Amino acid sequence: MSKSWNDVIPQPKKSRLRLLIYALLAVVYIWAFAGIPFSGIKETAGQVTKAIFTGLFSPDWDFVYLPGGEDLLRGLLDTLAISILGTVISALICIPFAFWAAANMSRTVFASGSGKTLLSLIRVFPEIVMALLFIKAVGPGSFAGVLALGLHSVGMLGKLFSEEVEQIDTGPTEALIAAGATRLQMVRFAVLPQVLPGFLSYILYRFEINLRSATILGVIGAGGIGTPLIFALSSRNWDRVGIILLGIIVMITVVDFISGSLRKKLV
Amino acid sequence: MIEIRNVSKTYANGTKGLHHINLTIDRGEFVAIVGLSGAGKSTLLRSMNRLHDITEGEIVIGGQSITSAKGKELRRIRRDIGMIFQSFNLVKRSSVLRNVLAGRVGYHSTLRTLLGRFPKPDMDLAFQALDRVGIVQKAYARADELSGGQQQRVAIARVLAQEAKIILADEPVASLDPLTTKQVMDDLKRINAESDITTIVNLHSIDLARQYATRIIGMRAGEIVFDGPVSDATDERFTEIYGRPFGKDGILEETAV
Amino acid sequence: MKMELDTAPFEQPVQPPLLRPKPPGKLKHYLTAAFLLLLVWGSSLQTDATFKELVEGLPNMLDLLREMFPPRWSYLDNIWQAMLETIRMALIGTTLGAFLAVPVALLCAGNLIKSRWITYPVRFLLNLVRTIPDLLLAAFFVAILGLGPLPGIFALSVFSLGLIAKLTYEALEAIDPGPLEAMTAVGANLAQLIVYGVVPQIRAHFASFTLYTFEINIRAAAVLGLVGAGGIGHYYEVTLGFFEYDKTCMIIIFTLVVVLVIDYLSTKLREKWI
Repeated sequence: MSKSWNDVIPQPKKSRLRLLIYALLAVVYIWAFAGIPFSGIKETAGQVTKAIFTGLFSPDWDFVYLPGGEDLLRGLLDTLAISILGTVISALICIPFAFWAAANMSRTVFASGSGKTLLSLIRVFPEIVMALLFIKAVGPGSFAGVLALGLHSVGMLGKLFSEEVEQIDTGPTEALIAAGATRLQMVRFAVLPQVLPGFLSYILYRFEINLRSATILGVIGAGGIGTPLIFALSSRNWDRVGIILLGIIVMITVVDFISGSLRKKLV
Repeated sequence: MIEIRNVSKTYANGTKGLHHINLTIDRGEFVAIVGLSGAGKSTLLRSMNRLHDITEGEIVIGGQSITSAKGKELRRIRRDIGMIFQSFNLVKRSSVLRNVLAGRVGYHSTLRTLLGRFPKPDMDLAFQALDRVGIVQKAYARADELSGGQQQRVAIARVLAQEAKIILADEPVASLDPLTTKQVMDDLKRINAESDITTIVNLHSIDLARQYATRIIGMRAGEIVFDGPVSDATDERFTEIYGRPFGKDGILEETAV
Repeated sequence: MKMELDTAPFEQPVQPPLLRPKPPGKLKHYLTAAFLLLLVWGSSLQTDATFKELVEGLPNMLDLLREMFPPRWSYLDNIWQAMLETIRMALIGTTLGAFLAVPVALLCAGNLIKSRWITYPVRFLLNLVRTIPDLLLAAFFVAILGLGPLPGIFALSVFSLGLIAKLTYEALEAIDPGPLEAMTAVGANLAQLIVYGVVPQIRAHFASFTLYTFEINIRAAAVLGLVGAGGIGHYYEVTLGFFEYDKTCMIIIFTLVVVLVIDYLSTKLREKWI
């Protein structure tokens, strides 16, 4: 007398849609792997890796400070300066954008929608490409990097700011309007105090990201530590690569730590 | 079958959780442990399957010392002990069936359980367990789609699927309404009678304890202050022990300080 | 009864001289503001950033924009294959990174691995790896493996590993400990506990993190070619080098469209799963 439980409780059928998605994924993956030439890892790969590791573990300490200029410290300082200035500029620019894009600050959906779309477009634009274009405009060097970072950050900061604005408590704004305040006064006294801690936190967060981006900008000539790095890489100067990498890691870790503690205090 | 020999638990900051507990529980008993919050009921219960470690003494389950067991041996002893929690502790996103089958992992090799393929006898056991608590129709539903009472019964089914010889229930009905409370306690009592499974339940309602248990243990400040059959557990006796008055529900109340 | 009205004139209560609380010190605010100004001024000095230069550069920028539009649509024929390569790179890189991230995230989770000797070092290494920007990783791998999409895939794998592992282990530490307790009580070993207690709770989050990383990787993969790591990035150099800005514009637009489409699909998928 074996009762088959499946008769009593029918098993639910696996959703057709799910199977389709899995099949699609399988096809996509096969296509992806097929298209990549996995052949011929350079015979020198092993050698090079070994050289890199030796270079990394015996870094070129002399490069840290050279009296002539063009050394690690100056490069890192450059990178730091680019990201500070870029972040500050973007923070200032994006405040009006944030209000433009926030749904509760504009009268029509169209108005805030257009703001959001603009921010999305800026965000999607790769900052490296922006940097390349700015180089063409203002010449190579740190300034191009500053402008690129500044403009690109507006995209993400603007989005985060506008979301922050959309989440505020409407109570204070109503109270101020009821007391007869103008729009600008309402923003100053009801909106700004609520969003300021969030804004500052996002600015610090963006600064952390920009610092990483700034290290790369030099690779294409927009200033910072990236330039000596790519130079050292191409000339296989692994000791120098090692010290630069070390410097970058230390700088980013320190900044992340300070920024993280500040952010905790803000929240 | 469960022997608790001179067990004490002292926390790192010096507070005493349990103080020289000596207890023997025989097979098939239905024991209720009552006491105020913080009296040590939960600590005592969880020491029995070593979810909490003790600092002194020994606990012997079915002849084997769980206190000195390690690794595989410990897991094997735990396999024979089923536990029911106040918050059910089901995996919310998994199906009821899968939650019940989770009780069987101690019986198979790791590899087999990792793949999630249980043999037919296990599947039958799981369905039977669900049937015994009356919710087999919900086998394929997601656990969080069920009501509180139903979820607790899934937990009981898990314990049954485990083929446990002992059931430890830590405040199993504290989050349930009176009607569902009765259903769950009825289930526990019935299973205890049908399958001779030793059942130990933590409760904060004396009335419930008197209704369902054969033996009541009263705890206070980490010590056992009462241990006897239900007939001895009169209101006067408890007031005498706890030095506190009772509310109308027979729930041990704190007096406002 | 006679009710007597108190008709005495109302007298002002005698008050002590007005005591206001002291306003909180503004010194900290002033110092912070001064510090910030100093930072900004110092940075602009360091980067030779002046308004003058910006204004002078403006006509150059406008020239550039004029040369970029209208974009050279025909260039699409040359670059669509590179775009496919870019997508492939992002796909494989994300997948590899996701696979590797699973054990790493598990090792970092303090509620699963009780020993700090394991979780702390692994977290430290993870943070270390995450400080290296993806373009740099790509440049490294190009030096080791030569040109082509392979170094790009490796670079994206490492980057994905870092991001997904971090997001996952933070989510792991926030899961409900109840089911884990239940699994211990049932007699499960660590592996079984993870499969039956942890995985069902973290599955959906993990998938969401992976998709999110894929979105980021598409953007990254589009520029890795600048250092020779395959994909469409290489063509930026080519077109800019030859001053064919309308072709550059085409690359940019194409990239934008692909990124937007993938972002949209990915967001939709994530909404469905979480």
